[in-house]
Amino acid sequence: MDPMTTSRRTFLGFVGGGALAAGLAACGSSGPSSTPGSTTGAAAAGTGTTYWFLTGQPQQAIREAQVKRFNDANSGSKIKTTEFQNDAFKAKIKTAIGAGQGPTLIWGWGGGGLKSYVEAGQVEDLTDWFNQQTDLKNSIFPSAFTAATVNGKLYAVPGETVTPIVLFYDKRSFEKIGAEPPQSWGDIMDLVPKFNEKGIAPFSLGGQSRWTNMMWLEFLFDRIGGSEVFQNIYDGKKDGWSDPSALKALDEMQKLIKANGFVKGFSSITADSNADQALLYTGKAAMMLHGAWTYGNMKSSGKDFVTGGHLGYMNFPPVDGGKGDPSDTVGNPGQYMSISSKATQADKDNAKKFIANNTLDDATVDAWVKSGNIPVVKSAKDKLSSITDKNDAAWLNFVYDTAANAKNFAQSWDQALSPTQAETLLDNIAKLFQLSISPQQFADNMNAVIGQ
Amino acid sequence: MTVAAPPVAPATGRNVSSGAGGSRVGRSGPVAWMVLPALLLFVVFGIVPLIGVVVLSFTQWDGLGPIHANGFANWRSVLADPQTWHSVLVTFEIMILSWAVQTPMSLLLGTFLAGRQRYRAFLAVLYFIPLLLSSAAIAITYKALLDPNFGLGAGLHIGFLTQDWLGKSNLAIGVVIFIVSWQFIPFHSLIYQGGVRQIPTTMYEAASIDGAGRVRQFFSITVPQLKYTIITSSTLMVVGSLTFFDLIFVLTAGGPGDATRVLALDMYKRGFMSNQMGPASVIASIIVLLGLALALILRRLGGSTTASQQEGA
Repeated sequence: MDPMTTSRRTFLGFVGGGALAAGLAACGSSGPSSTPGSTTGAAAAGTGTTYWFLTGQPQQAIREAQVKRFNDANSGSKIKTTEFQNDAFKAKIKTAIGAGQGPTLIWGWGGGGLKSYVEAGQVEDLTDWFNQQTDLKNSIFPSAFTAATVNGKLYAVPGETVTPIVLFYDKRSFEKIGAEPPQSWGDIMDLVPKFNEKGIAPFSLGGQSRWTNMMWLEFLFDRIGGSEVFQNIYDGKKDGWSDPSALKALDEMQKLIKANGFVKGFSSITADSNADQALLYTGKAAMMLHGAWTYGNMKSSGKDFVTGGHLGYMNFPPVDGGKGDPSDTVGNPGQYMSISSKATQADKDNAKKFIANNTLDDATVDAWVKSGNIPVVKSAKDKLSSITDKNDAAWLNFVYDTAANAKNFAQSWDQALSPTQAETLLDNIAKLFQLSISPQQFADNMNAVIGQ
Repeated sequence: MTVAAPPVAPATGRNVSSGAGGSRVGRSGPVAWMVLPALLLFVVFGIVPLIGVVVLSFTQWDGLGPIHANGFANWRSVLADPQTWHSVLVTFEIMILSWAVQTPMSLLLGTFLAGRQRYRAFLAVLYFIPLLLSSAAIAITYKALLDPNFGLGAGLHIGFLTQDWLGKSNLAIGVVIFIVSWQFIPFHSLIYQGGVRQIPTTMYEAASIDGAGRVRQFFSITVPQLKYTIITSSTLMVVGSLTFFDLIFVLTAGGPGDATRVLALDMYKRGFMSNQMGPASVIASIIVLLGLALALILRRLGGSTTASQQEGA
């Protein structure tokens, strides 16, 4: 064989690899993509009403359609949008608001992040205005308002979807080991060795993302000690993390990890790449605790996993002897839109008009339901009967019931707590899952930042 | 390599100050004003932000609200925090090990590539490719290749490659060092290639006449003659490794746990994730001080004059 030919081929291979890598970099890059005619950044100084939101389907298309409907109806005062990938958005929006360069419409998750904006005087108090929007106000799930309220005042309007965290499972895997889905925490621990014996990972987990691990603790804390354990922490009660129920939950967590409950290499898997979902729908893992928002991707990427009826789901099971209400759930009670206090009056009015008319209008509610999501409005239930796909109908009814029947719908911890506490929490959760700190050390580290 | 402004300061600062105040340049007269544009840019984009960071390190600020002075509280809390020392340790571990891997390999490759045969020129182009890729792209690609469930090992059923590369502390550090070396050896080889080509061939001819073999020539002529090139390349590696951020951020995000949480990442997390600009500025100041100290030490190792050099490294 002519060595020169091989070299050239190798060289071309390298070049191809380089181009591929560059392409990948472009996909993963944090650069914002703007709609034609829109400008990035600068909102405060009279450049018109601006709105930043996240990319990712199906949410992105629905948001784009909302803005389009608004702009078609208000050609004189159009909203300019800028779209960001999730992590880039989180970093950029804080910096931009701090520098007075934020958008008019501030999209977010409410809770601790919203509170820090309120304390810095960056967002508008919407209480009085919203109280006049009786129709909109009465249509939204009451549980969605907690995370939008700071010191009794409303600083954000709930919108988009309610997404509880649920326990997904693969019915095929359960058939392989001849077992039933778990009815209690004890069942889960019993199932772990059975799945491992058959070479199936009991649980999929995108552990590098850290908030994925956090969902486990949210449920264990609730099921073992009831919703007041985290409520105390949220309220800044001293030593809230070393509550005996909290320590027991942390201990149970590490027991599951030590028993090889999670897929091999979970701490290097990211949720952003959807690799954790892929493990479930390719049959490599039997169960997965994840947000309701993953249904859409599992349906579109998982071949016949959803359409063939192999996907099962349930609320997190109770822990024997635990105090928590088994109907409780955690997750995102909604997404939130605030208005920048630094925007001009005209832009503020324009933004209010957009929130009132276009964020939870009939077309939006329809689009959310069609995409397999439950919007934060009660009228979503009426739309469910029009769903013809029986898998989607069953799923949406389950999500609606989980959200509507929950005695307590807790907001995700990293959103509810202040950014300082949230980051410390995520760091310590990663260490807890690495088994590099004990439950007691975890509690001590977290108690040190409580109330900060 | 993408670097934040302050950490670059030491290297540039050294050049500028020795250029403006150094006796050698001063004597040659008209060159002094030529430094002005660079000096101006450096003051605006290097010194001013650096002062800003030092001032911020004595304040409490969440990035949104008003700034409050709080004296030495940040410095005390950061220096007492075991996380800081862990990050310093990880930074030095990566710095030293990646230096130890890169230097011999670059030196050998550079010497090899200094030969003027055509196939060597062709290989030089191949070796250069990793340097053309952005760190983020490299990190994403390696992350996909090393995935324990869907990566290269799992796909080709190679047992050895099917490890939890980024999920075990020691393996993750090893992977970071490997990728850093893979990425930067081409650059340092290039420096050594230039250095070797400047060594007068008469020295090798004389050595051959005296009966010295290739290995002997390498250790007795090439390496000693490259002393200053080695110091330049080492300075770039050592100071550069203080600012490793993008690669590690995308590859492991500092994980597993905090196994690969280097100082630059620690700074980012404190500042932009926890919203604590004060402590983050303390870390930034520490990085600047470390960079300055290391650059000075390496310069001292090389002696203070370069006048007697064959090649001006």
